[in-house]
Amino acid sequence: MYREIKILRQHGIQYVRDLRNQPVSDLFRGRPVISGDITAAEIEKVSSLCPVGAIDKDSGSIDLGLCVFCRECEFCLKEKIRFTNDYRIAASRREDLVIRPGIEAPLRLNVEVIRKEIRRIYRHSLKLRQVSAGGDNSCEMELNASGNVNFDLGRHGIEFTASPRHADGIVITGPVSANMAAALRLTYEAVPDPKVIILVGTDAISGGMYAGSPAVDRSFIEEHHIDLYVPGNPAHPLTFINGILDLLGKK
Amino acid sequence: MNELFREISSNPFTVSLDIIPVLDYEQFCDQAARMLKDESDHCVAYYAVEMQGSLKLICCIANDRDHILRVFSSMLPSGKSTVRSLSKEVPQLHIYEREIYENHSVVFEGHPWPKPVRYPHNRASKASVMDNYPFYRIEGEELHEVGVGPVHAGVIEPGHFRFICNGEKVLHLEIQLGYQHRGVERLLAETRSGIWRCVLCDNIVGDTSVGYALSYARLIESLAGIQPSRAVQIERCIGLELERIAVHIGDTAALCGDVAYQLGQVVCEALRTEIINTTQFWCGNRFGKGLVRPGGTNYKMTAVVADRILSVLKDVGLRFASVSERIYSLQSVLARFEDIGQVTRQQALSTGAVGMAARTCGIRRDIRWSHPDQYYRDYPFEPVVLENGDVLARGQLRVKEVSESINLISGLISDWRNQPDEHSVPDYNCNLSPDSFALSLTEGWRGEICHSAITDGSGNIVHYKVKDPSFHNWMALALAVRNQEISDFPVCNKSFNLSYCGNDL
Ligand code: SF4
Repeated sequence: MYREIKILRQHGIQYVRDLRNQPVSDLFRGRPVISGDITAAEIEKVSSLCPVGAIDKDSGSIDLGLCVFCRECEFCLKEKIRFTNDYRIAASRREDLVIRPGIEAPLRLNVEVIRKEIRRIYRHSLKLRQVSAGGDNSCEMELNASGNVNFDLGRHGIEFTASPRHADGIVITGPVSANMAAALRLTYEAVPDPKVIILVGTDAISGGMYAGSPAVDRSFIEEHHIDLYVPGNPAHPLTFINGILDLLGKK
Repeated sequence: MNELFREISSNPFTVSLDIIPVLDYEQFCDQAARMLKDESDHCVAYYAVEMQGSLKLICCIANDRDHILRVFSSMLPSGKSTVRSLSKEVPQLHIYEREIYENHSVVFEGHPWPKPVRYPHNRASKASVMDNYPFYRIEGEELHEVGVGPVHAGVIEPGHFRFICNGEKVLHLEIQLGYQHRGVERLLAETRSGIWRCVLCDNIVGDTSVGYALSYARLIESLAGIQPSRAVQIERCIGLELERIAVHIGDTAALCGDVAYQLGQVVCEALRTEIINTTQFWCGNRFGKGLVRPGGTNYKMTAVVADRILSVLKDVGLRFASVSERIYSLQSVLARFEDIGQVTRQQALSTGAVGMAARTCGIRRDIRWSHPDQYYRDYPFEPVVLENGDVLARGQLRVKEVSESINLISGLISDWRNQPDEHSVPDYNCNLSPDSFALSLTEGWRGEICHSAITDGSGNIVHYKVKDPSFHNWMALALAVRNQEISDFPVCNKSFNLSYCGNDL
């Protein structure tokens, strides 16, 4: 008993009080800022270097749905590209993930496109079923971490369930391997209506490094309306948490 | 007589393809079987490559005691052929033969278990699909089957477990994998971009990003004949050990969670957070993605980072020591772990178990000791070995390895401080040695990771092979649950914590 108390005292208070404004280290790779005066030659240089073609050859914008946050473009062109540690980068529309040169404003969810029933029904309680479909286990671990003693997403009534029958939506990680495509569909079908779909991590949003691999089958993603895109490699728990809180219209 | 194998004493290594002895298949088998009779030998790579219209079999066997690697090869005609299987004689080869059968339709006659490994997109037979996996069956009125997965109750990767039970007791478990297959090896061999390959290697197994990136970087450095500065070599070892500490503590949390010891779970979760946030402080990613690159690094360790690592480790080390001491002295925890999910030494040897799965069964198998690379060569490293092979041993091994790694890192940092401050930057487009075979081994937190590659006449990578420790250890898990209560499966599974994406690639 005394030993337990000693351990608890050493443990102290670990939970993150303010999930909206928790500071993270400077080097964390979050929302990029691209200088407005990036030249055509510079764009050409970084876009040909980017391993996933996330940098548009003409405009020089970075698509966070493709970007795997390797930061190689910044190392190559430090004066013009800078990844800030702003982790609030989730979006409700795919095109909102494209960051244009000269834009320094934070990324906020487009409320117009959020389906009305989501906020009406799930504002106070959202149960999610996670499906890993070719994920590399880093996004999965970050989703688990969202519920741990530090982030404690459960305080907002948001939790992962064991069965899709008890869930209000699914959270997909991974590029959707062809071998998981059927199981993903079955899981989705088992969730009662209305249901939410959330994509977590660059792999899920665009296929990431695996886009174009013959072992990947993206048809499920292409056929369905996606309610929330949470970029990252892996998506940080705070990115996921803030994305969901914004989706549900919570403070 | 020609020598029958090429002996190599360095890890990683690159050899010219034409100096690897080519044996006829019978000789090849006899030699492999003879070597693998020695308990210190285990097979680190055995696979087939299409080459000039035939199928080249390449085998690499590591001897832990003598710290050497031996490579040899054989040729089979391309296309369907039938040859003798070695699996009955040398069970650890069963998984390699299954893989060669699945990829190239070579039939291994007498293989007791010629089943699919991962249903790769380029498998030889498209008639073999996820839905018709040939599960082992036992008939009997008293028996029932329990199927779990591919989607599991928790937030984890997919795989299917099929139990055959007599009441609550598990008679047999078969594990069907492949759901995570993304075509990693094909992608690595097809791309010509060095930067792309590096980034992909960060993302094959996300919980072992540093281990994988390091295996890749060392392979490329060996093929290119380059070395990063000594400071960078030390930094890499620190990154690898931080990864080990974080996962081991996280696994301790998961084990506590499974037996409802909440204090242990919560405290260990918070301690893991401290470690991965330190990795993030260093390189901007909690999993160390992007930290290791061939030839150098983009994230040079600074004195500030070094101080931070030391102070976090000091604090975490103390707190983890006190909580783990409590965990492993509680009757309610011990009752769930002790003698549960036991793997015998003989079983571990015959399945070719590596890493923690081997070291908890009294087998001294640790690449940092047997085939040390970079800074590990200069460090008097002793692997932690336990005997009992049960869940408790796998839990306690983690505790001991955490404290070992913390000591290792403090030693590494003092040495790092004495290094000249030369920064090596990544080299993505180095020229690779042509017509060569290269292999690198890294002791990740799960066990040995093996990467190997073959280059063509112009030094392009034309074949790439990745092997996760889980490739062997899944079989050890299946054996561990035999004759256990099915309700003990979760703790057995957590105590191994194997990789799905690493197996499926
Ligand atoms: S950080 Fe993103 S945009 Fe930049 S090179 Fe990497 S993947 Fe491309």
